[in-house]
Amino acid sequence: MQSPAFRVVRALLLLLIGIFFLFPIVWVLLMSFMTNVDILRSPPSPFFVPTLRNYVALISGHLSTSSGEVQIDYMHNLLNSVILSTCSVIVSLILGVPAAYAFARFKFRGGEDMAFTLLSFRFAPPLLVLLPLLGYFQAIGLYDTYFGLIWVYQLITLPLVLWITRGYFEDVSEDLELAYRLDGHSWLSTFFRISIPLARPGIAAAGLLSFIFAWNNFIFALILGSSSVQPVTVGALAFITASGIEYGQIAAALVLSVIPTLILAIFTQRYLVEGLSLGAIKG
Amino acid sequence: MSFLSIDRLSKSYRKNEVIRDLSFAVDRGEFLVVFGPSGAGKTVLLRLIAGMVRPDRGRVLLGGSDITDDNPEQRDIAMAFQNFALYPHMSAFDNIGSPLRAAKVGEAERRRRVEEAAKLLRIDHVLGHLPRALSNGQKQRTALARSLVSEPSLLLLDDPLRNVDAKVRYEMRLELPRLLRARDTTVVYVTQDYKEAMALGDRIAVLADGGFQQIDTPERVYNAPASARIARLFGDPPINLLPAVRSGAGLRVASSEIALDGAAPDRAECTMGVRPEDVIVSLEQASGAIPVEIDAVTPLNDRQVMLLRADDGTEIFASQPQGTHVVPGGLPSGRERPRAWARLDVSRSHFFETASGARV
Repeated sequence: MQSPAFRVVRALLLLLIGIFFLFPIVWVLLMSFMTNVDILRSPPSPFFVPTLRNYVALISGHLSTSSGEVQIDYMHNLLNSVILSTCSVIVSLILGVPAAYAFARFKFRGGEDMAFTLLSFRFAPPLLVLLPLLGYFQAIGLYDTYFGLIWVYQLITLPLVLWITRGYFEDVSEDLELAYRLDGHSWLSTFFRISIPLARPGIAAAGLLSFIFAWNNFIFALILGSSSVQPVTVGALAFITASGIEYGQIAAALVLSVIPTLILAIFTQRYLVEGLSLGAIKG
Repeated sequence: MSFLSIDRLSKSYRKNEVIRDLSFAVDRGEFLVVFGPSGAGKTVLLRLIAGMVRPDRGRVLLGGSDITDDNPEQRDIAMAFQNFALYPHMSAFDNIGSPLRAAKVGEAERRRRVEEAAKLLRIDHVLGHLPRALSNGQKQRTALARSLVSEPSLLLLDDPLRNVDAKVRYEMRLELPRLLRARDTTVVYVTQDYKEAMALGDRIAVLADGGFQQIDTPERVYNAPASARIARLFGDPPINLLPAVRSGAGLRVASSEIALDGAAPDRAECTMGVRPEDVIVSLEQASGAIPVEIDAVTPLNDRQVMLLRADDGTEIFASQPQGTHVVPGGLPSGRERPRAWARLDVSRSHFFETASGARV
């Protein structure tokens, strides 16, 4: 039995930690319902008249500032983010999962080198390749296209998918695959009915992580695209206007941009937990 | 005409030759036990037969046709694994039904045959469970049901009783032959438990150092082991292997003279193998018996196992049935060791060459 004092102290500590980590998020959420005047008031006050004008401005695309009306295209940026991140993750899963399986199961000449080269894409500073890439993209017509950006996004998402799922495939017992094949199932059917389902928690984790990385990317789209394909991370720059920074809209934009990732995380969670409960093959 | 033949099979990993020029044949309906110490290559051999591992050289023939280059799914072979290898995301029913689904057996027929196999193995009440909800005994039965349900022409069992508790293991040892005889299945069974090998096999193939040391009936393997090494693998406590030197008409063993009656090896030196049950211990001096001290006494069921030490330090195991216990209550406490005399039953002994260990 725990003493009441212990429980009180524990609750207090938990509250403190909670406040520490959640404060920025809560503050952004509050800011998104404030006018710029409320936000910039000193000292800051948590009491204010909530307003929806930040959200209305974002969704309608008309931003009225002290120096006049500004057109912003934030909803289009949001759509771009969804398209870019989703397609990048799908392409990475289609390419990366079978590759990860091959790296996990078969030892072939140069296999380790190939896997490591893919990982090394994560070490290099992106700017190193971006400027030459800009030249190539403009020359072959990939500049400012979804296709071109999704291609470059593979530098972020593919290594993640490959290396995370590879570990999970290595944990799937080879005996299970042999057993399924001896039952009379083909190699391909064994891959889809045994290996993929058993590595699903890893595939889910890799998909979620690479989605977040792709979603948060800034520099690729800043340089390799114009506003027609740019995601929210670049689109948020528009709130730095001639008449000052629109903090309220930035906060609202942030809240909106978190929602898709949040939905995906909640949806993926059930697969992440599934992995913990399936357990090993032996009892 | 043998059903399964292995023809000069070899397999190396890196520089380590696990299987070397291995050949054997199994008849239709025969139960062959492959027995060997761990690391002898038993599992590799099964994998070669199953098609999971490709041999470096040699052929595998099943029912007269060469299947060496066939994929596992093309071979009419079923296998039960030591770790059960149940698909953790499928119910027991789907696990057992997997070979039938591969063979495109219809839904109703599949249900009937899965339930029949489950009934036979007494797991029909847990068919809806996932493997993690099954006990080890039930998992093992599910794995066996899966391997039996498609009535394969060849069944490979990779130490299937290794991971179940003693009671289930004993039950299955009695049940398995009955189940398999009824179907006339050809079985290759791998184990490292000599009792299991003796209980189940029509023949036992003793695998060691990459090759078969002896392929024979259980009686012959036990009573006429081909080498000292095989003799040591069968029996608990293990056989006593004593260096023996010819001296006159008798043998000199553990610094004592013992008489030879009957056939004796016609060489100056050899290794004498005496099973513990063929060592007769007495507290009274007898001619031709080795003077020993009783070093330790352990009960083994109704038998008593004794560790004897001869005057020159040679250790001898003796195992005595109930009613002939020399020290009925075990050893007295204290440092004193009882003096006794051990007579070796020469007529039931085995003689092996000292250097090679081969039977003389």
